[in-house]
Amino acid sequence: MKTGTLEKVLADVEAKRPIVLATDLETGEQRLLRRGNGDSEFERANVERALRVDTCITTDAEGAPQVFYQPFNPPLRMILVGAVHIAQPLSAMATLTGYEVTIVDPRESFAATERFPGVALNLEWPDEALEALSLDERCAVVTLTHDPKLDDPALQVALRSDAFFIGCLGSKKTHASRLRRLEKAGFSESELARIKGPVGLPIGSRSPAEIAVSVLAQVTETLRKP
Amino acid sequence: MPDHSEMEVLVAARDWKLASHGVALATVVKTWGSSPRPAGSHLAVRDDGFFLGSVSGGCVESAVVEEALDVMKSGHCKVLEFGVTNERAWEVGLACGGTVRIFVEPLQ
Repeated sequence: MKTGTLEKVLADVEAKRPIVLATDLETGEQRLLRRGNGDSEFERANVERALRVDTCITTDAEGAPQVFYQPFNPPLRMILVGAVHIAQPLSAMATLTGYEVTIVDPRESFAATERFPGVALNLEWPDEALEALSLDERCAVVTLTHDPKLDDPALQVALRSDAFFIGCLGSKKTHASRLRRLEKAGFSESELARIKGPVGLPIGSRSPAEIAVSVLAQVTETLRKP
Repeated sequence: MPDHSEMEVLVAARDWKLASHGVALATVVKTWGSSPRPAGSHLAVRDDGFFLGSVSGGCVESAVVEEALDVMKSGHCKVLEFGVTNERAWEVGLACGGTVRIFVEPLQ
């Protein structure tokens, strides 16, 4: 690889611009391709798929040169609405897993740096905060407050975005009433089906840390086995 | 794809090069069966044999580092394959029974 190519990859990752590195495995020749770039329809489709599924692709058509496509996508982000107890282990675990975590909570006593050292805290109202974060298909949004005044505005923004994961903490009963409220707000059944509620895989979690494990497991499952 | 640790490997490769080291980069390009590291995993190797990252979870790293040192000298890229059917399986191979194809290239 040319050092210049590596520099470009690192700069694009830093700037959060999705890019694909295409390597001819025989000659070692490399190209950097963006969405829509490519020498053929086949190549453009490979670039698109590599970025969308976030997976490497090696072509192995007989007689054609083997090309390896490696996507470099922007970092995964997790937006937690509610600087509540469970947000403490969940933000730490999500950070370890590679997510850039932002906790949104307008309540100053909750969103205190002492409770979340090193985590980005946003004290705007959730709908404004989430609009400003420009959610994309690399984002997971999890609401944790149980308070419709805070959770619902965040969900309305999340549902209109490409976020790959939307989950809500709360019982089945509170989730049913949440769905009714969002339906009244104009969201269709299929749109609401994107919401995982109650969020988390059913592993019998009890403590906040165990609940965080179950939430992160479900986020991972949605990301890797869509 | 690249998680934080993968990016650290690429940044290290760049930094070593800037510090005038010889550097080679090994990348998993394809896997069959069960193998511990997915396609896109990187191993960066420095001319003194120091390396960062992983292409197999430890099973074939030492062989890859050896090849990487050759690639640095020759300046030519190379495709390696390791697996139970490989004749070198008795020395280095994947205990898990998978096969892994690794592209090794010099950083120029």
